[in-house]
Amino acid sequence: MNDTPDSEHVLTIKELSIAYEPGRYAVNDVSAAIRRNSITAIMGPSGCGKSTLLRAMNRMHELYPNIETKGDILLDGQSIFSMSVIELRRKVGMVFQRPNPFPNMTIYENVVAGFSLNDIRMKKSQRDDIVEEALRNVALWDEVKESLYRKGTFLSGGQQQRLCVARAIAFNPEVLLLDEPTSALDPVATSKIEDLLGELKKKYTLVLVTHNMSQAARISDDSMFMYLGELVESGRTEILFTNPKDSRTEAYLTGKFG
Amino acid sequence: MKKELSDNIGRRNRANGWFRSLVIAGSVITIIPIFLIVGNLAVKGYRQINLAFFTEPAPDTFQAMMAASSGEIIPGGIANGLTGSLLMVLMASLIAVPLGLMTGIYIYENSTRRYAAFIRSLTEILQGVPSIILGIIAYLWIVKNITRGYSALAGSVSLTIMMLPLIIRSTEETMRMIPVTIREAAFALGTPYYKMIYKILIPVSFSGLATGILLALSRILGETAPLMLTALGSPAISLDITRPVSAVPLLIWDFYNDPNMVNLVWSASLFLMAFVLSMNLLARSVASKHKYI
Amino acid sequence: MAGDRITKALLFISSLTILLLSAGIILSLAGGAVPAFKEYGIGFITSTKWNPTAGSEEYGAMSFIAGTVITSILALIICIPMAFSTSLFIAEYYRGTRTAGILRSLVDLLAGIPSIVYGFWGFYALRPLLVSTGLTDQGFGIFTASLVLAIMIVPYATSLSAEIISMVPSELKEAAYSLGATRREVIFHVVIPSARSGIIASFILALGRALGETMAVTMLIGNANIMPRGLFAPGNTMASVIANQFGEADGLKMSALIAIGLLLFLITALVNALGKMIIKRFA
Repeated sequence: MNDTPDSEHVLTIKELSIAYEPGRYAVNDVSAAIRRNSITAIMGPSGCGKSTLLRAMNRMHELYPNIETKGDILLDGQSIFSMSVIELRRKVGMVFQRPNPFPNMTIYENVVAGFSLNDIRMKKSQRDDIVEEALRNVALWDEVKESLYRKGTFLSGGQQQRLCVARAIAFNPEVLLLDEPTSALDPVATSKIEDLLGELKKKYTLVLVTHNMSQAARISDDSMFMYLGELVESGRTEILFTNPKDSRTEAYLTGKFG
Repeated sequence: MKKELSDNIGRRNRANGWFRSLVIAGSVITIIPIFLIVGNLAVKGYRQINLAFFTEPAPDTFQAMMAASSGEIIPGGIANGLTGSLLMVLMASLIAVPLGLMTGIYIYENSTRRYAAFIRSLTEILQGVPSIILGIIAYLWIVKNITRGYSALAGSVSLTIMMLPLIIRSTEETMRMIPVTIREAAFALGTPYYKMIYKILIPVSFSGLATGILLALSRILGETAPLMLTALGSPAISLDITRPVSAVPLLIWDFYNDPNMVNLVWSASLFLMAFVLSMNLLARSVASKHKYI
Repeated sequence: MAGDRITKALLFISSLTILLLSAGIILSLAGGAVPAFKEYGIGFITSTKWNPTAGSEEYGAMSFIAGTVITSILALIICIPMAFSTSLFIAEYYRGTRTAGILRSLVDLLAGIPSIVYGFWGFYALRPLLVSTGLTDQGFGIFTASLVLAIMIVPYATSLSAEIISMVPSELKEAAYSLGATRREVIFHVVIPSARSGIIASFILALGRALGETMAVTMLIGNANIMPRGLFAPGNTMASVIANQFGEADGLKMSALIAIGLLLFLITALVNALGKMIIKRFA
């Protein structure tokens, strides 16, 4: 993979536009690149299109009917729209706003849900290893190793969210998309997740949607600021936060809107 | 493992496509009968529908036989059934609508009480009682003891018992959608209880109540089984509630049992279906147009 | 205030009518059934004999119980794939679209058609079709009745199932999609497991409707007061034997018919209560 011309960037977004109904763009002509093994934060006021952009990265936006997509997103140089969705989502995992463990499955089954849903059979021992590793990676193993066969919904909100991260990384994706993963959590659980994300970027590339600016400043390497569907500004977080080029970014960072 | 995934993508996508086709096919099969029924009835039934169909009572079997053998339209119509249906449905509504509204409001207003919950459960059970059983009940209560013979009164009693739970449930369900704050705002202004009910509760939920009443009417208009045990049917137009009367569905049943009348059954069925369905559609359009709660 | 007290009293009194009505129905049915049970005891339920000839009168409910249960369950079996796919169409595949709205209205129309119209249509349109398949000579019987019953209960099962399927949180479905599941896999691994009890309840409630359905069945089942001997054999249900024979009945025969009514009441109440209980626990 290192011999591709753009080995630094996992994802390259090219002139991407997305409309939920004809003519009304939620994402308008966005071009950007996501660096490997980094955390990229997408910020902006609600309704700015940041979630839509994130969802486009594993084509989750296609779940809405009548969606119109123009432009392209490349994953390791290959267009995601030319891949099978199944393959793409295997490489680009996702964590959602509210913790959503499957209520009909145990903790153990939740971690390997990606495998069972994808009809991938393996030996029990192999599965055990995957479960332990994924739960250790999200620092949940010690808390739940005694209750692996209980339903995931018995856990606290923060634990549930870490379980959902474990479910996403059990698959060993290249990219992990996080859609405001801490907005439903209390401050203690939030800081645990933030610590976890810092660890995870060693192995994965993380893209995080947040409307919490201090969170973006704390944990991200790169930032993108969106407004009314457009990508206003992007770059290294410390530069964007200290020296924004666009007046709209500055207004947002100083709390003038959002 | 990576190889395994790419191996199964094709199979899984095919299964996905198959299942989707299955769902669509199943849905199409489900709605075929509605087209068949409406189409069959319309094609075979329209010929008999004319002015006489609405103004004249049912013909006797001899008249029908003569017409059928000479290929003419059967004379007469369903006027005796129409008047009977209207009479019984009107009587049933006069009792069931106010009583159902009040009971529904009672359950809604006292929803935290055990007794109200019990009444609600009884209403649910009543709603599930097969209509033929309500025919037995009205027979035992009215035909045997009050009118001493089959009567319009007995028919409307069976329809009333059928209608009552429908009205109660729709009243309660509609009112439960009213924000509590509206009630509280009325009380905060010092409104007396009965005024709150007829100035706030009923007007605010009016479209829901109207929908519930129309749907209940469309249900009992097509009801046959209980009327066979109570109103029996009558060849003449009658408005005497202590005597047997006919009803449109009862006429269909009579025509059905008389081979000479087949053409008339198609028309009567077409009319009954069209009437009931338009009432149904009217109810649904009321519900969708005035959704302000 | 006096006005308030009067209003509350009026509302309370109207609620009493439900109490009286329910008690009255049960007492009247039970009272009317006493002679039959006195004569035959519990054997009334288990006996399959039905002989109204004066002098050698003998009445038993089992043929009709069997006829009712068999036609209703057969109707349910036919109804399940139809209602299940229609509810998936409405609440999953085409959720929120115009197509789904139209399909929903069409299915609702099925619920609006009166039972006697179904019976008549079944008699003149469906029965000849079945005869032409060569499976049956007359076209009357258990299967014909079940087929029409199935069409009649489809809308009830569909609208409830669709409502329950649409209640499955979209977050759960998205989680499965994000893991690479196909739509079919999402339906089988997420939607159905989450909605299972509610879907089951909607089919139980549809069964409750089928059990008490009278006119359409009466016109198609063949009205033979015997145990049904096969899929295309004639039989009779509890509701249709009442509809057929109540008019000319008196004495012991009337009591036997009322007793069958009582049994039908108990069976439907039980099935409906079960369905309602599951739904309430689901919600």
